[in-house]
Amino acid sequence: MTYKLLIVDDSKLARMAAAKAMRALYPDWDRVEASNADEALALAKDGAFDVALVDFNMPGRDGLQLAADLKSSNPSMHLALVSANHQAEIIARTKAIGAAFLAKPLSEQSLGEFLKEAVRQLDSAKS
Amino acid sequence: MSEKKLELLSDLQIDALTELVNIGVSQAASSLREMVHSQVHLSVPSVQLVNRARAVEILAQREVKNLIAVHQVFEGDITGRALLIFPETKSLELVRAITGGDLPLEDIIELEQEALAETGNILLNSCLATIANMLHRSLRMSLPEVLRGDATTFFNLAPPPQAGDVVLFLYINFAIRERDISGYIAMIMDLPSLTALTHLLDEFIARTAGELAP
Repeated sequence: MTYKLLIVDDSKLARMAAAKAMRALYPDWDRVEASNADEALALAKDGAFDVALVDFNMPGRDGLQLAADLKSSNPSMHLALVSANHQAEIIARTKAIGAAFLAKPLSEQSLGEFLKEAVRQLDSAKS
Repeated sequence: MSEKKLELLSDLQIDALTELVNIGVSQAASSLREMVHSQVHLSVPSVQLVNRARAVEILAQREVKNLIAVHQVFEGDITGRALLIFPETKSLELVRAITGGDLPLEDIIELEQEALAETGNILLNSCLATIANMLHRSLRMSLPEVLRGDATTFFNLAPPPQAGDVVLFLYINFAIRERDISGYIAMIMDLPSLTALTHLLDEFIARTAGELAP
């Protein structure tokens, strides 16, 4: 089963890093990139994503606001907030939205663990 | 606006540098949050290539005259200085936030210098160490120094820059809203470092993105 992933980060390099990890982990998934919240929401309107990786510190709406919007438009989407900003308040808000928190710089291992669990749930929802 | 385009760096190199600073400062903010027990809000970093006068102007536009800076020099493949800057009027409030707020004013005043130096040290080290690790290089850092003055004082510190007038100026706002404290983390890099920096960024980009920079 392959799934559709949305990568949202204002840094092109960070999007490239996520794409690199995805090439190693799930090369056949559909990957779509957005550089800000508005772009991400427009893309999410056009096509449903199964999983999204969302940067926290972005110009305009931040990643937590975006994650909440994405979640309310598609409650079954699996979300991870990606940030080096591991303050207790931010992690608590991430959990409250129902998203996972992944540390930046993003490692293939932590992304792999998050996606493995997401895949398990997505697969069982489909069967 | 008289900002020069960062033509010495490619778009992807600027992106990589901004992301490095963003990750470094985010780590530092997480350390600061543990010290003040309140959330620290950060802006998106700004990276500009400007002359010293313009850097002073940018800072002067945004902040009042009486500022405090905790200042550390970093040296290695890249050389420059990192500063934690905030209004002098907020200095005691910051010390109060860090010490937990139970101390009488005279103790806070007595502790001020030391507490500011230590706070700056933790924040700037956290930021610079994160950046150095990601670049796979080590940076030597000087002891923190607490300075009082304005933007002009901070940007014209001895020893005078060998590099001439143009500096790479990076800054990011931070705010502890519950305490009504806000300020900047700024970094100034001299130009001879810039050549070294472009090589380091290319290596970093290649490692991170798994492909060579164009």
